[in-house]
Amino acid sequence: MTKVADEELRVEVTKRSPTAPSSLRRTKNVAPLKWAVRLTAVAVFFVAWQIYASGISPLLLVPPSAILAAAGHMIADGQLGTDTLLSLEAMVTGFGLALLISVPLGLVWARYRVVDWVIQPFVMAIFSTPLIALVPLYVLWFGFGFMAKVAIIGSFSFFPLLLNTYQGAISVDPMYRDVAKAFRATDRQTWRHVVLPSCIPYIAAGINISLGHALTGMIIAEFYTNASGLGGLVLNNADTFQTARMFVPIFVVMALGVLLMSSTRWLKRKIAPWAER
Amino acid sequence: MDGDVSTEAGAAKPSRRGGVPAISCEGVTKRFGSELILDGVSLDLTKGSFTSLVGPSGCGKTTLLRIIAGLEQADSGDLITGDAKSSSPGVRPSLAVVFQQGSLFPWKSVRRNVAFGLELAGVDRGTIAERVDRTLEMVHLTGTAKKFPYQLSGGMQQRVGIARALALDPDILLMDEPFASVDAQTREELHDELLEIWERTRKSVLFVTHSIDEAIVLSDEVVVMGARPGRILRRFDIDLPRPRTEESARILPAFADLHHDIRQLLVSSTVDAFNA
Ligand SMILES: Nc1ncnc2c1ncn2[C@@H]1O[C@H](COP(=O)(O)OP(=O)(O)O)[C@@H](O)[C@H]1O
Ligand SMILES: [Mg+2]
Repeated sequence: MTKVADEELRVEVTKRSPTAPSSLRRTKNVAPLKWAVRLTAVAVFFVAWQIYASGISPLLLVPPSAILAAAGHMIADGQLGTDTLLSLEAMVTGFGLALLISVPLGLVWARYRVVDWVIQPFVMAIFSTPLIALVPLYVLWFGFGFMAKVAIIGSFSFFPLLLNTYQGAISVDPMYRDVAKAFRATDRQTWRHVVLPSCIPYIAAGINISLGHALTGMIIAEFYTNASGLGGLVLNNADTFQTARMFVPIFVVMALGVLLMSSTRWLKRKIAPWAER
Repeated sequence: MDGDVSTEAGAAKPSRRGGVPAISCEGVTKRFGSELILDGVSLDLTKGSFTSLVGPSGCGKTTLLRIIAGLEQADSGDLITGDAKSSSPGVRPSLAVVFQQGSLFPWKSVRRNVAFGLELAGVDRGTIAERVDRTLEMVHLTGTAKKFPYQLSGGMQQRVGIARALALDPDILLMDEPFASVDAQTREELHDELLEIWERTRKSVLFVTHSIDEAIVLSDEVVVMGARPGRILRRFDIDLPRPRTEESARILPAFADLHHDIRQLLVSSTVDAFNA
């Protein structure tokens, strides 16, 4: 036993010593170099794609230049804008509803033992079910329109938010609880001053994960309902073999994902700077 | 240096110098599971005096402090304050706790951390602002009010921790190894600062530490605890002149004598426990 611990210790030590000077070196600003390398890699990727795709059937893969041209047309005729807005509308509504319900529910779950007893089996069951299995049910209930999409997106984003909020509320550092108790905080005051703020980083992490799920939910919803929005655009263009036009909404979704997640990360740094290590 | 008054555990005697106890523990016993942690601990904290509790790690110092603070329930024994007799927490005198490092709320600015107890008590904003300013000035942190704990050094964080407790203007200040994780030089600065604050406020302080030097430098009285089970071994009066500084205390011959005596006691009790 002790031998193992010793081994680990030694590994730890030897691992650490060479990193010491390199961590000194890291204080130099490498950001410009990092971005130069990154952008070069992206450029190389697209050039390679362009060259490779120029030699094969445009049904299978089109070069980036063709996608760019298609994007130009789709922006010009307003289709891309309309469908993006359609998607965003469902996304914002679904995600917003999920956020409004899951965060308070997560807090109540952490707060009351009875709620915990009741809620656990349901959450376990639903969390272990691939939510996509419920999509036909939503269509049955809500039809092929906006409501069904909202329900799908909402349920896709619901659980990471709920679980993270709950986790945050039950993992408050006991020392902070002690401080509150020693300063004679009432239960309400402890929640306001201690529990809620310590949940913020967890909720932010939940939002980040949920946004990814919401995007997936959005595309699935648009595939399985009336084929509108960005997902519909992908589907319809694929069906009519307009491969270049099919790629455009895919890139839009990708950009949306990156944008949403980096803005939540930015927001988290803004409102919970203490939680950064 | 034979000014010490040693009492046997369990014997409730009037405090030294005829002082009134700010709080007394009588026969406090605590178990965690089957292990006896505190075995009938009796301790008087003299009003307006600085008392340190020293003892080997794990002897139950923190547990005793937590019982006094109302954070932990004793299995038996009493906490007596003035004439209100209660078996913790119930009626408590106005006391405030300075915790170990890392206890500041990271989501609150220095100002809001210090204001915490006052906000809970529903004190009006104007009074809070004034009290916070005054307390920050006392710990030499004017100008950091808007900063957040992660922007401060360890030593500064502990000064905020002290200010958070002082802002309540409590009768009793409980401190559990507040300087354990700062570097030696900062610790000395904090000692001087605490001595200065004590001169100004004359709070009744119970200061837990495992450093004999720290206990002597700061205190009027050092209470030595033994381990397994935790019990009071002996009390030492520290009659070094006040006002003190770390340096003025350390250079006195009495300092070395006290250190020697307390150390002997701790070592022999540890050896006894080992042989038992
Ligand atoms: N919550 C707890 N549950 C079980 N054992 C505990 C708990 N808190 C402290 N102890 C035990 O009680 C003993 C005394 O702990 P503590 O009061 O923290 O000692 P000290 O502060 O003197 O180092 C230790 O053996 C410790 O392991
Ligand atoms: Mg301790």
